[in-house]
Amino acid sequence: MNRVLRVGALARVEGEGALHLTIDDGTVTAARLRIFEPPRFFEAFLRGRRHTEPPDLTSRVCGICPVAYQMSACRAVEDACGVTVDGQLAALRRLLYCGEWIESQTLHIHLLHAPDFLGQDSAIQLAREHRAAVERGLRIKQAGNAIVELLGGRSIHPVNIRVGGFHRVPGRAELRALAERLRPARDDALAALRWVAGFDFPEAECQADLFALAEPDCYAIDGGTPTVLPYGQERRAFPLRDFTAHVVEEQVPYSHALHARLDGRRHLCGSLARYAISGHLLPAPVRQAAREAGLDGECRNPYRSIVIRAVEVLYALEEALRLIDDYDPPPRPAVDVPPRAGTGHGATEAPRGMLYHRYALDADGIVTDARLIPPTSQNQGAIEDDLRRIVQHRLTGSEATDTELTRLAERAIRNHDPCISCSAHFLDLTVERGPGG
Amino acid sequence: MTTQARPRLAVFKFASCDGCQLTLLDCEDELLPLAGEVDIAYFLEASSAVEPGPYDLALVDGSITTAEDAERIRHIRAESRHLVSIGACATAGGVQALRNFADVAEFRDIVYARPEYIETLATSTPIAAHVPVDLELQGCPIDRGQLLEVITAFLAGRKPDIPRHSVCFACKRRGTPCVTVAHGTPCLGPVTHAGCGALCPSYGRGCYGCFGPSGSVNMPAMIPLLRSDGLSDQDVLRLLHTFNVAAFAELETTEEAPHRWARPEGERS
Repeated sequence: MNRVLRVGALARVEGEGALHLTIDDGTVTAARLRIFEPPRFFEAFLRGRRHTEPPDLTSRVCGICPVAYQMSACRAVEDACGVTVDGQLAALRRLLYCGEWIESQTLHIHLLHAPDFLGQDSAIQLAREHRAAVERGLRIKQAGNAIVELLGGRSIHPVNIRVGGFHRVPGRAELRALAERLRPARDDALAALRWVAGFDFPEAECQADLFALAEPDCYAIDGGTPTVLPYGQERRAFPLRDFTAHVVEEQVPYSHALHARLDGRRHLCGSLARYAISGHLLPAPVRQAAREAGLDGECRNPYRSIVIRAVEVLYALEEALRLIDDYDPPPRPAVDVPPRAGTGHGATEAPRGMLYHRYALDADGIVTDARLIPPTSQNQGAIEDDLRRIVQHRLTGSEATDTELTRLAERAIRNHDPCISCSAHFLDLTVERGPGG
Repeated sequence: MTTQARPRLAVFKFASCDGCQLTLLDCEDELLPLAGEVDIAYFLEASSAVEPGPYDLALVDGSITTAEDAERIRHIRAESRHLVSIGACATAGGVQALRNFADVAEFRDIVYARPEYIETLATSTPIAAHVPVDLELQGCPIDRGQLLEVITAFLAGRKPDIPRHSVCFACKRRGTPCVTVAHGTPCLGPVTHAGCGALCPSYGRGCYGCFGPSGSVNMPAMIPLLRSDGLSDQDVLRLLHTFNVAAFAELETTEEAPHRWARPEGERS
């Protein structure tokens, strides 16, 4: 007889789903991340819209990473229209994206993930014992918000982003004032990195293929070539236009999110993948700080993703300051993007991983087809593998209570900062145990 | 004040992008002081500690799009002394209410290869369509300052000061020259609820209506103005049919308004 247990709700993730574990004779036979995401049909209602509309419309997929949606949408539409945005406009976009990385990664580190390592239920509880650390995190987050608010108008669903560039670009003085706010945040970010590096990290290894964009000369954020680093093998890359030939989404009956596979295998994108693929391109001081934090080359321990996120926050602040230093206001806030018939592809590194957009336009610039592949649908398979491996590992040790297994399973999921936005509410963990479970 | 005496705050989410409840976590300076004033009893995005109701103040983010959620909001209402719906999804059905004006079966087939796995209602509806709501806070996303005003007013036992005037008033207060008058830029400011601080015009962009309709909307005057600023009827529809589509749609029933919900012929794919 199978035992079915409902033990609480998964919290501190963006959005809701459920988790289902089946344990038979001490063996995890099924580990499923169920997403009850009520479908919102973005790809359907994008049809018939103008080519200028996807950045604003798709930002509403996610309130946590709207800039990622706006940037992938802009790149895809511009690709369809044969327009390249470069120079200082591209630099401003990268600066804006740094802002989102800082705020979103800092949110995850301090408010969602750190409580797991310190045995607390929330950052508010955490603040009772570690108030200075939580306040430091909130200050770093504010610095990220300040970038997005200056360049975008507001931090959630910014209004100043358009196909071709911006509606208005800042003057030098505005950015210099911003830099004054970022400099102390950089010191805070280094302190935060040292703080998380001191946490206890259980042993674990994620064996999925790692997948991230790669640039020739810098840590990829707002563009690059899709690059795969399989477990124990050499890296390979493919052109962005071939994305959907490699990354194939399939439906599973238990989830409203599509599951994606990369060349038939489970893969993982996000911080672990980015650091493994582009970590060597980080500037020397950031690499040094990462080494001191215990990161050396490729890291496949998902618990340590919090350290990599902290490295990325430090890098984003360094990079933002560099971009501000080099800033020279562009002559126009946007380049023209006249519509033409065609298909365009865009991919950028959302904080949680690669976000791909594809649009087909007719000659008048009306969207005839749209495709969005978010990082969480790509990561679902790898998260389930991780869950199975981590719970299995625990079961081979001493007796584990259901409460303990639940906490462990939730942690295994939060390691990957899944963005289950646009989803329904209850996130129940179901553990089914067979007779010997 | 003892722990027991603190008002109990709950935050619930339905179909949405999470952005409006995230606004609470974006109150960096106020978050920890607020946690001292209220007992955050239910806020899954922020805390694994989940306390059962009743709640003194429930903030509800998101729209109702499944039969299960229609049931869930009734339970939440029964457990909540005050219920405030926050954001365009909760107050107007959100961007996903575009389905209300289309064929959902067709929508589902475009996104999912196996539509039989997907459970959804044909419409996305605001919270107030299902249960009585004490206050609707508009915006896509809501404004941080307005959210804090709602919570502060609740703690003080007074009515929140959320003016129902249009974005035009906010532009005047901010001293932003009118983008329509100065540049002929199509702008929904005259019919859109204030609260954003008139952001778009300050960036040289026309308002795109993300806060939904203001308290006094004159659509028969608005639509010819948009046309004279160069928008086709289809573009007027596109501008009104975004995050607050259902709220603006209710106002578009006059002779002058282009009340054609289906996409124009020739643009249907």
